[in-house]
Amino acid sequence: MRYIPNSPEERTEMLEAIGLNSAEQLFDSIPHELRLQRQLNTPAPLSEIELLDKFERMGQQNAAARRASFLGAGAYSHYIPTIVDHIISRSEFFTAYTPYQPEISQGTLQTIFEFQTLVCQLTGMDLANASMYDGSTALAEAVLMAERVTRRSKAIASAAVHPQYLEVVKTYVQHAGIHLELAGFDQKTGQSAAALAATVDDQTAALVVQSPNFFGCIEDVAALADAAHAKGALLIVVITEAMSLGLLKSPGACGADIVVAEGQSFGVPLSFGGPYVGLFATRDKYARQIPGRLVGEAYDKKGRRGFVLTLATREQHIRREKATSNICTNEGLIALAATVYLEAMGRRGIQEAARQCLQKAAYAARRIADSKGFSLPFSGPRFNEFVVRAPMNAVELLARLAKENGIEGGIALSRFMPNHDNDFLVCVTETNTREQIDSLVSALSEL
Amino acid sequence: MSDGITKVTTHISPNEQLIFERSQAGRIGYRLPALDVTETPLDDLVPKDFQRDDDLEGMPEVSEVDVVRHFVRMSMWNYSIDVGMYPLGSCTMKYNSRLNERVARIAGFANLHPLADEADIQGALEVIYELQECLAEITGLPGVSLQPAAGAHGEMTGIMIIRAFLDARDGAGASGRRTMLIPDSAHGTNPASAHLSGFSVKTIRSTAEGLTDLDHLRELCAHGDVAGLMLTNPNTLGLFERNIKQICDIVHEAGGLVYMDGANMNALVGVARPGDMGVDVIHLNLHKTFSTPHGGGGPGCGPCCCTKELEPFLPVPRIIKTADGFCLDHNQPQSIGRVKAFFGNYGMMLRALAYTLTHGNDGLREATEAAVLNARYIAEGLLSDYDKPFDSPPMHEVVFTDKKQSRKGVHTLDIAKRLIDYGFHPMTIYFPLIVQGAMLIEPTESVGRQELDQFIAAMRSIAREALEDPELVLNAPHDTRIGRLDEAAAARKPVLRWKKPTTD
Repeated sequence: MRYIPNSPEERTEMLEAIGLNSAEQLFDSIPHELRLQRQLNTPAPLSEIELLDKFERMGQQNAAARRASFLGAGAYSHYIPTIVDHIISRSEFFTAYTPYQPEISQGTLQTIFEFQTLVCQLTGMDLANASMYDGSTALAEAVLMAERVTRRSKAIASAAVHPQYLEVVKTYVQHAGIHLELAGFDQKTGQSAAALAATVDDQTAALVVQSPNFFGCIEDVAALADAAHAKGALLIVVITEAMSLGLLKSPGACGADIVVAEGQSFGVPLSFGGPYVGLFATRDKYARQIPGRLVGEAYDKKGRRGFVLTLATREQHIRREKATSNICTNEGLIALAATVYLEAMGRRGIQEAARQCLQKAAYAARRIADSKGFSLPFSGPRFNEFVVRAPMNAVELLARLAKENGIEGGIALSRFMPNHDNDFLVCVTETNTREQIDSLVSALSEL
Repeated sequence: MSDGITKVTTHISPNEQLIFERSQAGRIGYRLPALDVTETPLDDLVPKDFQRDDDLEGMPEVSEVDVVRHFVRMSMWNYSIDVGMYPLGSCTMKYNSRLNERVARIAGFANLHPLADEADIQGALEVIYELQECLAEITGLPGVSLQPAAGAHGEMTGIMIIRAFLDARDGAGASGRRTMLIPDSAHGTNPASAHLSGFSVKTIRSTAEGLTDLDHLRELCAHGDVAGLMLTNPNTLGLFERNIKQICDIVHEAGGLVYMDGANMNALVGVARPGDMGVDVIHLNLHKTFSTPHGGGGPGCGPCCCTKELEPFLPVPRIIKTADGFCLDHNQPQSIGRVKAFFGNYGMMLRALAYTLTHGNDGLREATEAAVLNARYIAEGLLSDYDKPFDSPPMHEVVFTDKKQSRKGVHTLDIAKRLIDYGFHPMTIYFPLIVQGAMLIEPTESVGRQELDQFIAAMRSIAREALEDPELVLNAPHDTRIGRLDEAAAARKPVLRWKKPTTD
């Protein structure tokens, strides 16, 4: 096996050196009857050539990856500068462990410190952790944190939060003594803030709102923050399309207490849903209640600045069952990708990408709304996603678009909720050209 | 300079600043195509109140060259597997193959949206299915979900499955069964995960031999409140729990289930299967045993494997094979639910399958043998200079202590830091908690004999230094970019982000 440095002869010599006659003797502490008496029934080894052939063939079976795409709903196609993959492919980053030894991990630690800063700047919050698994689990952790902070056990979420995120929250809180309720959304505007604000009472730990929401509509976060705070509840804002932060008022400026987001839009490929990176930010006063890793500034004896993992007393390896979370690692390499992306794009690049998303989506929405038989059911303001109501079943329509026109036209809402058979969610980013949008529009009108 | 030789520094650009300190207004590191649609006034699209009004103040403005140099310089401050041995116990820092990286970047996967239609993602589902099958065979546990994103996430999933099974089996009676037993040597994520699932934790003692105390286990199982046991095997001392079958029987007879933490599966692949030992559910760490990169702390992937009996409780969607191809099965009424959006850390699944197929069935066992042999070789090599608290031969990792050195005031932390001066990443220190001054060493199969010999020589040299020149060890490391950082001060007044300096 080419990944094992020692040759069979060397291994025999090493066995002799430790007084054994055979490799089997290495396992003498395992009772004989528990040892596998046969070879594993997994495939025989493949050479590099054969292996690449196999995976290339399987990759070809994924027709969706080759088409012009208007799919969003928590996973977005954005431009990724070439340097992102180059930098995360450096051995020094991708083959390093969690930075437990700061003297030889400053590259990772300083990167995370910059990541935390960038997340704070974008969300308008005081502090951010070193990242979570993804947006959905970050949201679940936020709800758990709200219970710890308020010592109240009810969380109320907008029904316009990504349905898979809600499923994850439901799983996480089912044994945590937290009662999760859903508040509806306005069928005209597609917004949920008003309905959500009406539900808050003094038993409520947190209100959970997504903005832009699952339908692409921007919510009135500031009004919601006031409503939550009036009853002593926290406001959790969740964002699946983090690019919107380049243009929309930050949740921090709106008064949010915890902001979580999926960071995939920042330089991370679609990769069939993962690995992505969860962003988690909050207020200074909750620093000791935040889940996950934190990196802080520190100095050595000579006064040189460095960075270390800090406030570890919140964490599972010290606090065990009393920890703020069971989370052990972060999404280090993906957080690095997001950091490289945000720094390369920079202040102006993020603004420009966000502007283009908004403008191209507005153009697409306008053109589709002008097509005979099609309409936009929700009137709320939007960023780069919107719901389209078709004159026919959306699942059938999208299947035909894919097959006949080679376009991934959107995601049928009926996959997530009842009574929306003709509705589908369209996402437009800076990577969609006007030509692609025009093709989508003409394909829709010809169906 | 007359002789043509210039001074060489040990660290290039030791003072690379934070990117925010490098930022200069007007620098640009990107270029997008010009907007190709007619622009609508912003206020017509987004109400003024919803627009960002801080102009992203503070975000960096740098050129592409600045960014590349920034990260390349910082990368040089990191130790990594590709530089050398990384003997962190319980972490399985093995070689991360470049081939696996290439596989994960194949366009048909990298550009694939997770919500595309089932008919158009067949190749992606085939990868998941094939890896599930391999992991089922390796663990001897047929029900597999790849959805959990990390080890701790897989633990949480496994424990929730136990909880759901008990609730279904015992109905209201399950409310009296809320105790999870965890050995005192366990990883801290175990109790934290049990707590998340609504269990209270009772700790099982280890024997002087370093194994689970069966008498104590029987005693704790006698109260009728035991939901299950969370056991790492080989345990965190590197020892195989040779009574595992009996342990599982005791827990089962008490009405509980056995969860195994698969962090140490690198000692077992191809040699013994948890399913054959009586384990009900296990999580694996694809970022350990199956070589997916640790990436400076993630992403991981923590699949859950379980018995047929527990399969209905696995997270949804399940990925199954039918006559028409691969499909997503959401119709699992007993499922604990979804633990992550989409399908989990898919990119890690691609790499793990590539690892499994590159090794092949015989190569997987060969890797296990080589990993255990390397650990045994180190155990033998350090025996004369360091205290080894347990006599039994270790599996893939071995624990030593600082008992001999601490008499001179040199402790585990100092030995670890001095190892850096010798060019090695330190071992895991002060874990497991039950061993005072623990040094847990796991070389993995990815280290050759010369490097093992060098490591042993370095450790023996440090043992000598501890006797002859303890100050040298106490002040280590000597040659790094920074010295030991004042972590206590950092925690007292935490600075967790950069802020623009205020001038007044």
